[in-house]
Amino acid sequence: MAKTITNYFEELRGTRVWRSVFRSGTGSSPLHRALAVQQNVFLHLFSTKVRTRMLSFSTTWYLGTLTLGTFLILVGTGIPLMFYYHPSVPQAYADTKDLQFVVSSGLFLRNLHRWSAHAMVFLVFAHMFKVFYRGAYRPPREFNWVIGVILLLITLLLSYTGYLLPWDQLAFWAITVGSNIASAVPVMGNKVHFLMLGGNVVNANALLRFYVLHCMILPLVAILFVAIHFWRIRKDGGLYAHQSEPKTVAAQSVPAVTKGVPVQ
Amino acid sequence: MSEEKKITPAENGNEFNRRAFFVKLGLGSLSIAAAGTAAFSYQFLSPNVLYEPSPIVNAGRPENYAVDSVTLDVNSGIYLIHAQEGFFALSAICTHLGCLTAWKPELGEHGIIACPCHGSKFYVRDTGKTPGEKIEGPAPKPLPWLQTSLSDEGDLMVDRSKQIDPMKFLRV
Repeated sequence: MAKTITNYFEELRGTRVWRSVFRSGTGSSPLHRALAVQQNVFLHLFSTKVRTRMLSFSTTWYLGTLTLGTFLILVGTGIPLMFYYHPSVPQAYADTKDLQFVVSSGLFLRNLHRWSAHAMVFLVFAHMFKVFYRGAYRPPREFNWVIGVILLLITLLLSYTGYLLPWDQLAFWAITVGSNIASAVPVMGNKVHFLMLGGNVVNANALLRFYVLHCMILPLVAILFVAIHFWRIRKDGGLYAHQSEPKTVAAQSVPAVTKGVPVQ
Repeated sequence: MSEEKKITPAENGNEFNRRAFFVKLGLGSLSIAAAGTAAFSYQFLSPNVLYEPSPIVNAGRPENYAVDSVTLDVNSGIYLIHAQEGFFALSAICTHLGCLTAWKPELGEHGIIACPCHGSKFYVRDTGKTPGEKIEGPAPKPLPWLQTSLSDEGDLMVDRSKQIDPMKFLRV
């Protein structure tokens, strides 16, 4: 009997090695499907079951997923860019130009990084507008809205810190203006300004500080809060439904498993 | 076991039992450690030595500046102005958000200083107005007057870290 690719795959899923990695085993019953999600370190943040309607484009316009997509592109392009960029005053601008004109695919990676950064800021705002106008920020999801606001701030800070790194005139004056806004903080404004720049003017210390924030601290904080954000979607009863059920039911925090249907 | 022996010191009105003591000791030590970490981090992040340009600028020979001239040095961010009353220096850094302003001799009756970022404008040579005073725009303060002096060699020196009262001219 001729075996189809599906048969081979089913056989593979039955092997001992496969089952040592993925414990849910063969079969496609609702239980197996649920276990496949629940027992995967990446997928277990999500609900094991969702309404198919929740996965349609019109419900969310996929704005949150697209935001995550741009973030992953930014990580994926940012790390290669770090191989050619030195965060020092004599080299930063020259390295940026080298990435554009000397390094193979450097121009592509740099532009992808830049455009994705712009897209991410746009998508975060679009996502927040969509959530706001659908009313999805209301209880029991109000804390996830707060997490979302923190993620907005992290996104803006990532954008801001990345802006200095090309070390051109635009970068220098944008950070000069931006850091002077921080000086307007009452009482401790000048201290904040000094700590932020590591000095009184935008100089070598500021470049290095912004680099470390941009490449290390802020992405790690962003990943932490993205994880909480996704986990809270499940804990708050899955994606927000607003037409199919009475308001009283929609307002309650019902576990997704008890009210959902399997993903088709 | 009698009833009296089961009563813990806490229930007996004595709130100091062993567990509460260790909880307080632990939380206390952690709080001290957290405060120490905060202080340490603050000190660590504040540079003790700065490799920034000196605030004192040598502006060269006074005779290089004609009477009634306004000269902008873009590298040090100062204007050196030779007025009828004498020399004075204005900061060229806008008091709004720190942009570098520009001397616009063609604007106004006697020329003005204008900021390209958010449109603040300042008087320089208009009679009855203090040089540095704001004409319009978001700048919260006038452009500060900076301390000027003559070096031993007779060069004009400007100290950007020292602001002085307006209308104090340096006569050479």
